[in-house]
Amino acid sequence: MTLWQIVILASIACAALKLAGYLVPPAVLERPAAARTADLVTVALLAALVVVQTLGAGAAIVVDARVPAVLVAIVLFALRVPFIVVVIAAAAVAAGIRAFS
Amino acid sequence: MGRQAAAVTHAGEFGAADAASARREAVRDSVAVGIATGAYGVSFGALAVASGLDVWQACVLSLVMFSGGSQFALIGVLAGGGTAAWPAAIASSALLGARNGIYGIRTAPIVGRGWLKRIAAAWITIDESTAVALAQPTPATRRLGFWVTGLVVFTGWNLTTLAGALIGDALGDTSRYGLDAAAAAAFVGLLWPRLKRLQARAVAVAAAVVAALLTPVLMPGLPVLAAAAVAVLIGMTNWLGERHGEGSS
Repeated sequence: MTLWQIVILASIACAALKLAGYLVPPAVLERPAAARTADLVTVALLAALVVVQTLGAGAAIVVDARVPAVLVAIVLFALRVPFIVVVIAAAAVAAGIRAFS
Repeated sequence: MGRQAAAVTHAGEFGAADAASARREAVRDSVAVGIATGAYGVSFGALAVASGLDVWQACVLSLVMFSGGSQFALIGVLAGGGTAAWPAAIASSALLGARNGIYGIRTAPIVGRGWLKRIAAAWITIDESTAVALAQPTPATRRLGFWVTGLVVFTGWNLTTLAGALIGDALGDTSRYGLDAAAAAAFVGLLWPRLKRLQARAVAVAAAVVAALLTPVLMPGLPVLAAAAVAVLIGMTNWLGERHGEGSS
């Protein structure tokens, strides 16, 4: 698979899922287990991606400047600081630690 | 894109009289949410380039996939595992995109009939357009909120993706600028507003533990999918869920 093929395939898959919602009869939502599971899958994927993005280095776990950066981000999100500001702050923390170590 | 869904709080104190002010309010909500989310397309563009995509691949993702969580997931898995991790990369972005399908079931009655209109609506069905639409008091303002939010976010997100990708391209060695940490922080931001219920928190912790334990064992991308299985298990059995007052989300 080339990068282009991956980009296009994944894009089509996501667009098709959106369209599917408009073709499905509304009765599907009357089954609470389906809606609940969809919500929780989103939570699980995002939580796993936080971990992989913070600690992962290929197939290894590495503790480096990303860890303090993410801890700062968690504190800032808890203080309701806007998304873009938090993301920049996290980058700055990691960049600062790397510059001085 | 994602966290504004929770930020749109006022469902509107709608008196009998003033439809015009309700419409103005819907447009104001839409534009505010649209601009706020459009702004962090910059981080997506820069991170996409940092993960090995070129500028145009980053732009195609924002144009066609157009769903922040899915886009970040795809580049996140590709950054860890390269193109060899393609099955996990596509699967995690599709799984994250599945919620847009659920939103579509709710927004379809707002959008109305006509298949061209429905394709256009499906394209811009995301956290923000759905949240703003559902927060409006009347059918007319719901429709207005949906389209204005969707179109403002779409425009802003694509323009800022291009800008971010060009910036990322110019920076070169992105870890020196902490862009890898920025990606992790972006996922925290998408996750944060979804942690209001005990069940969601339990799922998040379990998923994080599973991903950490499996990362040294499985090929990149698969730990994320294994973590999703935890959610399916807890969702189907409704462990730690609220039994009464069955809410849909």
